[in-house]
Amino acid sequence: MGQGTGSNIDVERLRRHHRQMWRIRAFEEQALRGLDEKVVLGAIHPSIGQEGVAAGVCASLAREDILLSTHRGHGHTLAKGADPLAMMRELLGREDGNCGGKGGSMHIADFSVGMLGANGVVAANIVIAAGAAHAVKLRRERRVVCCIFGDGAVNRGPFLEGLNWAAVFRLPLLFVCEDNGFAATTRTAAMTGGDGPAARARAIGIPAAEVDGNDVLAVESTASELLAAVRAGEGPRFLCARTYRLTGHTGADPATYRSKAEVEARWKEDPIARLAAQLRLADVAEADLAADAEAAVAEMRLAYEAAVATPYPAAARAYADVQDVGDPRAEAF
Amino acid sequence: MARLSYLDAGRLALAEEMRLDPAVWAVGEDLGRGGVFGQYKGLAEEFGPERISDAPISEACILGAAVGAAMMGTRPVVEMRFSDFALCAVDELVNQAAKARYMFGGQSRVPMVVREPIGLWRSSAAQHSQSLEAWYAHIPGLVVVCPSTPADNKGLLKSAIRCDDPVVYMEHKSLWPLQDEVPDDPEFTVPLGHARVAREGTDLTIVSWSQQLHIGAQAAARLAEGGISVELIDLRTLWPWDKTAVLASVRKTGRLMVAHEAVSVAGFGAEIAATVAERLHGGLRAPVRRLGAPRIPVSYAPTLENEVRVTAERIAAVVREMVQAGPEQSLGSGSGPSPGPGSDPSHTK
Repeated sequence: MGQGTGSNIDVERLRRHHRQMWRIRAFEEQALRGLDEKVVLGAIHPSIGQEGVAAGVCASLAREDILLSTHRGHGHTLAKGADPLAMMRELLGREDGNCGGKGGSMHIADFSVGMLGANGVVAANIVIAAGAAHAVKLRRERRVVCCIFGDGAVNRGPFLEGLNWAAVFRLPLLFVCEDNGFAATTRTAAMTGGDGPAARARAIGIPAAEVDGNDVLAVESTASELLAAVRAGEGPRFLCARTYRLTGHTGADPATYRSKAEVEARWKEDPIARLAAQLRLADVAEADLAADAEAAVAEMRLAYEAAVATPYPAAARAYADVQDVGDPRAEAF
Repeated sequence: MARLSYLDAGRLALAEEMRLDPAVWAVGEDLGRGGVFGQYKGLAEEFGPERISDAPISEACILGAAVGAAMMGTRPVVEMRFSDFALCAVDELVNQAAKARYMFGGQSRVPMVVREPIGLWRSSAAQHSQSLEAWYAHIPGLVVVCPSTPADNKGLLKSAIRCDDPVVYMEHKSLWPLQDEVPDDPEFTVPLGHARVAREGTDLTIVSWSQQLHIGAQAAARLAEGGISVELIDLRTLWPWDKTAVLASVRKTGRLMVAHEAVSVAGFGAEIAATVAERLHGGLRAPVRRLGAPRIPVSYAPTLENEVRVTAERIAAVVREMVQAGPEQSLGSGSGPSPGPGSDPSHTK
């Protein structure tokens, strides 16, 4: 694992990562433009700078594998195979969004590709993922579950409960801590005791690895190794991928709690730029790299334009999918 | 028919559903050794430790795992031991289980049963005695069930397990030993959302549920000796609640009392009282009354604990006030009922 070099890496594999990471970035940038244009209605949590984790982890998952994500889940959802048009419609609150306009960015989900949902509550997805993996084990299925959460989640109770649960039941579950250094707008280190997420996992008896999350190849190869153990029935594994959130916490957060110099320095570690440098070393033409970016930007612009042209859901849909038993309309008036 | 306890009726319901459907499984603390009250006794032997699964003391994970497992095609029954402990898992129940189907636009359902034993249980004090059913009735997406008899504990638990919605299933700890006839038929179920007329009457309707229903029945029997005919309705399901049955009864009797063990303030009795007031105002022969616990935590010492009990004596006294003080017939009078001496809704003894 680790840094690939031009001589021995599969260039096509790198190109796939390059395209995927650009798709994620272009989606986020388009969504931010939508926020500026007041078409994206609610809060969004961009993952710009963290694309290496989404692309690297999801490249190791099969379609039938299950993924659970966080409030910062656009990248994971796209990388798991969701349709960007349905996602963009969801961010715009339109008909035919993944969730019919009922969830928005923070509840983005596409069960058809095994993406069981982003979650608006930090760490809540960890215990749900434990249950999904529990069902996989009970049903003797071969697939695995992957749960991505942020470093802020390690200070919530469900982190302890979910990791312990996965350990004692030896569940087919890969935990991925996407460690971007911030818990909302507070530096996580200032609010966290001990030696960090991987140390906590090891204390519960879950083998853990740490990786440079901005090195997509390292993420992919480490995740693949851990997933091989998970697939072999050896129980849960834990991956801590260190990265950096290049934007604010939400699309509206100017992130004044960190210096311009800090962010500029971090842009030098941009996972897409780092991968492009590797591709150049592998003699991929500049025009090809530019074409990857342009194709991603065009794809997301088209998705956005189509979403803008889609109507809002009919008001009557507010009463659908509440529950089978009882009529929600009967109590409304 | 067989004579079974409320506890054994629930145990039989789970066993029957597990035999019928391999997707049903149960998980919670102490289940392997039969559950804290014995509700799971013998089930691990029949179904094995995977389907009757022990769990760490991790309420949030027990409930959250049930959400994930339900989304993946199984039908978990989770045991919270005491409804008070389920408060450690309110996010998982309220923000996750209740919302998942809706906020994901119907991509998934969450068929799960959350067993939360409720209620007063001698000298168990403030953290093992609560009745919080109204909290969950307030949450869109949840079904709330409060069985009061052995037959209902079998039939309603089976319906809850077969339901595709998350169901908060609240058995009353004081009812565990209650014995009664229970149908043997594995296909016997009690539909969710249908009240039961536990006693027919003409002068006044008492709506109640769970353990309080039996106290209402004692009061009704005593009142019958004095010539007051009480219709007693066992609501059975708080969400959805059987408005049709309650309104039909109050149309007949013209008087409504709701009696529940839970705190009166913002209890589910308020919802029933408000609905009856909205729909039947002109037809009421007395102001609607609610009897519930005062807004104090439950105590340990019997003299203090008894202060929260809604006794048969108190129910009977308030019923007498309502029947004697209200106008004999106000239908069509165009004016509201005149407040009688019994109209003070505070907890006067």
